[in-house]
Amino acid sequence: MNSAAARSFALTIGPVQYHWPRQVMLDFYAEMAASPADTIVLGETVCSRRRELKPADWLDLARDLASTGKEIVLATRTLVESEADLRFLRRLAEQHDFLVEAGDASALQVLAGTVPFVLGPHINVYNRAALAEHAALGARRWVAPVELALDMLGLVNPPGDPVKTDSGAAVATEAFAFGRLPLAFSARCFTARHHRLNKDECEFRCLEYPDGLMLSSNEGQPFLVLNGTQTQSAAQHCLIGDAAALRAAGVSRLRLSPGSKNFAQVVQWFDRVMNQGVPVEDALPALQAMSLQGGLSNGFARHRAGMEWSTA
Amino acid sequence: MSAVVEGGSVVKPELVCPAGSLRALQMAVGAGADAVYVGLKDATNARNFAGLNFDDAQLREGVAFAHARGARVLMALNTFADARGVDPWYRAVDTAVAMGADALIVADTAVMAYCRSHHPQLRLHLSVQASATSYEAIEFYRRHYGIQRAVLPRVLTLSQVAHVVRLSMVDIEVFGFGSLCVMVEGRCALSSYVTGQSPNTAGVCSPPSAVRWQDTRAGVEARLNGVLIDCYAPDEPRGYPTLCKGRFDVEGRRGYAIEEPTSLNTLAILPELIALGVKAIKIEGRQRSPAYVEQVTRVWRAAIDEAAGSAGGYSVRPEWNATLMRFAEGQHHTLGAYDRPWR
Repeated sequence: MNSAAARSFALTIGPVQYHWPRQVMLDFYAEMAASPADTIVLGETVCSRRRELKPADWLDLARDLASTGKEIVLATRTLVESEADLRFLRRLAEQHDFLVEAGDASALQVLAGTVPFVLGPHINVYNRAALAEHAALGARRWVAPVELALDMLGLVNPPGDPVKTDSGAAVATEAFAFGRLPLAFSARCFTARHHRLNKDECEFRCLEYPDGLMLSSNEGQPFLVLNGTQTQSAAQHCLIGDAAALRAAGVSRLRLSPGSKNFAQVVQWFDRVMNQGVPVEDALPALQAMSLQGGLSNGFARHRAGMEWSTA
Repeated sequence: MSAVVEGGSVVKPELVCPAGSLRALQMAVGAGADAVYVGLKDATNARNFAGLNFDDAQLREGVAFAHARGARVLMALNTFADARGVDPWYRAVDTAVAMGADALIVADTAVMAYCRSHHPQLRLHLSVQASATSYEAIEFYRRHYGIQRAVLPRVLTLSQVAHVVRLSMVDIEVFGFGSLCVMVEGRCALSSYVTGQSPNTAGVCSPPSAVRWQDTRAGVEARLNGVLIDCYAPDEPRGYPTLCKGRFDVEGRRGYAIEEPTSLNTLAILPELIALGVKAIKIEGRQRSPAYVEQVTRVWRAAIDEAAGSAGGYSVRPEWNATLMRFAEGQHHTLGAYDRPWR
């Protein structure tokens, strides 16, 4: 691995959004431990019923992965509804080994003043003043909302005049750079609904869909993906061709969101293009060839509809 | 069930009604709204539609009209301020104060911070767009920005609402009637994925400018920025193509894969909502007609008075539901998440 100083972009492996069997999950992280990624975000962020890995298992995994030299971040749930969810937040606030990524305002309330934290992509920070508010409470890093265009990231946290943390350091900006986009959250489980099952007796049918359940328009256009209570884009957001715009916006970290197929290769391609000077023209055909049904998109980065793709 | 009694008197929840125009505001107040909520004619609020909302003069007149009749005016300032220029949001705060609004409905911490530093006496309500689904999330906004009321997203069950009410230090407002978001409000980027415009950034969902209707042999197609959202057979009633309420294909089966076109209607559980201590009931629909506002307000005024009035004896009157049904999306009603048949 190159030294961090020589690298343009740190690479973050986002939390696995899907429900994968325990062994598949452990194998995936063993593979990521050997990847060029700098940071790995762990935790079940989507559904409280998914417990292939229990909270203690996540903490064990975090310690194992930290020993390989990766920075580990523990992510909290996006939709917090129950006392069990809140208990887990409090447990994270009491540990001091790992950064915590706040998934909602409940997490902000519990974490503020306890541990340094990352603002997850579903905390609504859309302007500099909002980022400054959160930085004053202990936020170190900001994962921008997925719908925010890259030039907006540069206005929220300008590279020449970054928002400062409570300890005076610059808040780092992380952009969602690859993967199916988490677009919406509900209390309702759409995977269970499709199978005409109640949420509480869902039979964990989402285990059958390692990259989510495809929802197409009635003329066959892959459109969205149902992932339990989460709705994702069918297209995989991909900013591998946007290094210059990312740099200009002050982005120092790229989030790559796991998929079940060829993900280690995706991480490799991002490292080569973003940090080793390999031309994007070499990477794009490979990423396109191994993309999931729905192809690639990058409209959000350009003030366009998120589903659009352009190489301009 | 009888309504909750506190200090010997029944606590009657405030009826909060939508006003997309001065006319709608007047109709709502006339029909018995305790409070109306309004927005300015720009992207600072989540119903940013052409021909809707208030300019300064209309807002001043609306506030005077409401105050003269004992009703309050709440101003929705519940989108997220644009990084290219947050001033319109701050100016909207100043306008609300200058025009005499009784409270602001806010979602962006930048806007809340501005309110606290420039107008410390201003009453703040946490918008549903702030996505606070737990008492800890609400406490975050109370502790740091002094919010005095929180509007809950339409994803919580009745028992979860009760839990939040019990453990929150601020008043809780819930949605009683109107169009239903099945997604957690404030964290849905479906519309911007398809059209580039979202509730958070532009105050719109599935905006009319992106909708195209097309007659085909199969029926009438409704497209949103080119994506086929639904196709209506000649004998089918047509709905607005809100993208989460379209008909799609999942594993070869066509249907409402995310949500049916249906409206929330909580008349049936109104005594429970009152008993568990909900302080305000919100009616959705600033984009709807003054006639909708007037008739829906009248029904809810009667229902709240009856549910919070004499002990026992509340039942939903058939004529109430008949009126509400006329205005419901797809002519269907649901209790939504409050009563999860799907749980």
